[in-house]
Amino acid sequence: MNRWVRPLLLHAALVAGVVAILAPLLWMVGVSLMPTGASQVEPPPLLPKQPTLEQYRQLFLRLNLARALGNSLLVSLGATLCAVVCNGLAGYAFACLRFRGRDRLFAALLLLLLIPGQVAILPLFLLLRTLGLTNTLVGVALPSFASVFGIFMVRQYALSIPQELLEAARVDGASEGRIALQVVFPLLRPVLVTLAAFTFVGTWNDFLWPLVVLSDERWYTLPVALATLAGEHTHDAELMMAGAVMTMAPVLLVFAFLQRHYIRGLTLGGVKE
Amino acid sequence: MSERRAGWLFIAPALLLLVVFFLLPVALGLVLAVTDFDIYALGDPSAVRFVGAENFRQMVKNPLFFRALVNTCYFVGVGGTLSILLSLLAALALASPLCRWRGFFRTVYFAPVVLTMVAVAVVFRTLYHPDFGLLNRFLKLFGVEPIFWLGDPAWAMPAIILLALWKNFGYNMVIFLAGLSTIPPTLYEAASLDGASRWQQFWHITLPGLRPTLVFVLITTLIGYFQLFAEPYVMTGGGGPVNATLSLVLHMYKEGFRWWNMGYAAAVAVVLFALILLVTAPLRWYQRRWSP
Repeated sequence: MNRWVRPLLLHAALVAGVVAILAPLLWMVGVSLMPTGASQVEPPPLLPKQPTLEQYRQLFLRLNLARALGNSLLVSLGATLCAVVCNGLAGYAFACLRFRGRDRLFAALLLLLLIPGQVAILPLFLLLRTLGLTNTLVGVALPSFASVFGIFMVRQYALSIPQELLEAARVDGASEGRIALQVVFPLLRPVLVTLAAFTFVGTWNDFLWPLVVLSDERWYTLPVALATLAGEHTHDAELMMAGAVMTMAPVLLVFAFLQRHYIRGLTLGGVKE
Repeated sequence: MSERRAGWLFIAPALLLLVVFFLLPVALGLVLAVTDFDIYALGDPSAVRFVGAENFRQMVKNPLFFRALVNTCYFVGVGGTLSILLSLLAALALASPLCRWRGFFRTVYFAPVVLTMVAVAVVFRTLYHPDFGLLNRFLKLFGVEPIFWLGDPAWAMPAIILLALWKNFGYNMVIFLAGLSTIPPTLYEAASLDGASRWQQFWHITLPGLRPTLVFVLITTLIGYFQLFAEPYVMTGGGGPVNATLSLVLHMYKEGFRWWNMGYAAAVAVVLFALILLVTAPLRWYQRRWSP
């Protein structure tokens, strides 16, 4: 008896968890496919009677969310590319290249992890304003170009690269730049993919910084555009759900394809140190 | 190019970016906090004056700041604790030898972590609608009277905590799972041979084995939960009802970027930072003492 009951209870609880996670998301998709006002009746329907793309059409044509989508893509892809190059090079150097003060510098960098980003946000805004970068997409992306966590992640992984390999390349006459690009980066591919996924998702989802740095609607990223829309169309549930689907879809897609890489990145930083 | 030069060259871009766009602003933030930087200073920086502890004095007299402080502590204390407990429970369930389709459950539970907070908040705002929301409809099945979630000062913060649990528990769950996998299974085998109950095994093997993971999770969760912002910004129109969900970061944002009291807002940021350092200090001390 007990042999059946325990696994049954465990899996019942786990399935209940899955329902609790998925219900809001499925409901969001359902409501986003309803015509305006259809979800606000008694009793509220769970599924659209006749699915329609009306809300999405409105978002794209009337409310210009396509532009916000483009802005978000530009910011996230740009930040991802720069983060992979900057943090990749730095992480490799901290792990494999020998220079004076290296380890002390790295230890100092790790201390920065304790500082929450909010402390920097007011002066950062003033700094970018002086540089003329407020209200630009570059200004939104710039603070994500380098991160201590990214450097740390690459370094941990790069520690496993054998020194003999680098020495052999040096003996063959390869320059340090060529070694980094042609020998090391291909070896670091898994951790660089993780870093890319982290940076993309992080910049895509970021809200406070783009909200602060952007004032012109034309440059709004999707989260800022959605939050603004949600403030104006408080009762337009169907439209809001469509906007939410649009905002979540790209990160969900990235996660679906890079899930393993993503989760491995978390545990890389977490447990060992 | 020598290895040494290459080393410096490769860390230079990242280091430069971190110094200019993180370290410098953090340092300037401390300076900003002791000035009266406001909207006039924004136009003419020479109008800034050093005011010492004036911003902090004002803060102590400001009932909004106290509201934000209490609310944030409520969110961190209740929300953070529940979140860690739920994560631990989920991780223990998934790590159980009885568990099947582990990969599937892990993926589904983790998925909300990557979702955009603003979009999730928009969805939950609709979900919490007193008449047409999914939650009240579900509770009605059990005969619960409709709750005015986001409109009732007593329920608004619990509603935000529920959302945070839904969205975040998968993160710590994954970390706990990694921590659990480092505990050698032979310990459990030996314990059950000795007749230890499940509860005893949990108390004497699992929990001590998870100690470093638990400390790490506590630190990161505290830091993360102290930064509550997007949820009240989107769901309660910026801290309502009657400031029941006003958080410290929201208070800072409003003072700094809506009223341009940047000196005062920087002082709020400094207090937030000090609070985080203070609360995590014993944990960090513990971590350093016990890590190999």
